[in-house]
Amino acid sequence: MAKGVKPRVKVPKTAAAGETITIKTLISHKMETGRRKDGDGNVIPRSIINRFTCAFNGNSIVDVNMEPAISVNPYFQFEATVPEAGEFTFTWYDDDGSVYEKKKSIKIA
Amino acid sequence: MKITSLLPLAFSIAAVASVVTAGEDSTLSVEGEVFVTKIAAPAHLENVDEIFSGWTYRRDETQALQMDDFENPSFVFIDQALDQFETVEGSAGKACSSCHESAEAFSGLRASMPRVNSAGELETIPELINNCRTERMGAEKWKWSGGQMSAMLGLIGLQSRGMALNVAIDGPAASFWEKGKELYYQRVGQLDMACSSCHEDNYGNMIRADHLSQGQINGFPTYRLKNAKLNTIHGRFKGCMKNIRATPFKEGSDEFKALELYVASRANGLSVETPSVRN
Amino acid sequence: MKFTRRETLAVSGAALVATVLPLKLLASTPDLISGITGGAEASGDGINLTAPEIAENGNTVPISVDAPGAVAITVLAAGNPTPGVAKFNFGSGSGAQSCSTRIRLAGTQDVIAVAEMADGSFSAAHQTVKVTIGGCGG
Repeated sequence: MAKGVKPRVKVPKTAAAGETITIKTLISHKMETGRRKDGDGNVIPRSIINRFTCAFNGNSIVDVNMEPAISVNPYFQFEATVPEAGEFTFTWYDDDGSVYEKKKSIKIA
Repeated sequence: MKITSLLPLAFSIAAVASVVTAGEDSTLSVEGEVFVTKIAAPAHLENVDEIFSGWTYRRDETQALQMDDFENPSFVFIDQALDQFETVEGSAGKACSSCHESAEAFSGLRASMPRVNSAGELETIPELINNCRTERMGAEKWKWSGGQMSAMLGLIGLQSRGMALNVAIDGPAASFWEKGKELYYQRVGQLDMACSSCHEDNYGNMIRADHLSQGQINGFPTYRLKNAKLNTIHGRFKGCMKNIRATPFKEGSDEFKALELYVASRANGLSVETPSVRN
Repeated sequence: MKFTRRETLAVSGAALVATVLPLKLLASTPDLISGITGGAEASGDGINLTAPEIAENGNTVPISVDAPGAVAITVLAAGNPTPGVAKFNFGSGSGAQSCSTRIRLAGTQDVIAVAEMADGSFSAAHQTVKVTIGGCGG
């Protein structure tokens, strides 16, 4: 598991049934591009988050394939429709095989 | 190319470019709280009438990043510091939270640092942290500008966010302040420049494609887009000295501490913006 | 003005390199768009790309894309070492087919967004983002 990787998500606590809400996500990650060289001139191998997904009660909201051109500490903001109360699951997939997950519940107002 | 010919070239470019004032009049507010980003210069500043936060010199998109605590990428590190605050470390089996109930206990601290303690020494927040760690926690001290230190400085600084910077420059602080002032105006390095060469004589001008600020430190530690992490005051001093091809003083040295006091005093009146976002 | 042979060679050599280098390094925007659409035409309507005209720092450039009804949006950076940036695949639960993110740009270049619609058609937008070298290099 890469060091110091920490996800953050911003989801409203409640929504009206059928409302579209804005979700913001961030994860701390170095996103090593594989293009940098260390002090001895050796290439530092690529190590990035290569995929991010968000699902609500099992339904896909967004599934992002990510390349090294995504900035350090990857940030995404997107919209989701909330048909009913439930749980958002956010998943980040690391090149090194680690999977980071965060869940957030939402109630219907 | 001869080194001596670079300086006039740099400033002729700066002089030709018009003074860029975009952003000077925009308002910084975070979570509804409005910040003081420009104010009359403190009395001790002879050559400057008005002081501006570094925020005012940045482009709209960068300014926007600081106006929301989720958009602000610093908060990833604040979260790490919050976790660290609760983490037991060292032979005494304590965490920061064992003695300090929460980070809120430090409200107001950053606005008046550095300061002179009862022993007559000029002290900075990293020293307070490391003293606690080594003497009271039995833990190892942190590197002055390492990840853990800069995150904790961000968390502590956040507790003073919105408060006016107000460092003492008289009484026991006077001799340190005079030393810092001397360093600020002293030309050093192959490029033969002082802090004032850019930050007092040329703020508002462009240095290549960068908008030169007054070099205020009210937002430190700051998240720099350039390295995508929190940067500390001494870390920046060191970087600046390297940029003018001078041998930098050491982080935590008497020189940098005195300079920190002087530079902080140049921003007295501006709001603490920690953790800020800069380029 | 008299040029030495050495100077003449240096100047013409540099001029030659200058003409060759940009053609090789910068993949063309139309070619990159075709790469996604498989050669099909991409409409200019139906997709919005928001990016700054001048990026404060190439390390963190905020962009957003929006294409109502899209199944997926691909973002490319024409002048990066490899053009791929991200592909956003929208699921049934997405409230709007839009996404904002922050990307790395190696230099001044076109940022391109190609949306694939549910009916198999494509929309594309692109914008030049100037990436600058700041200050004292520090």
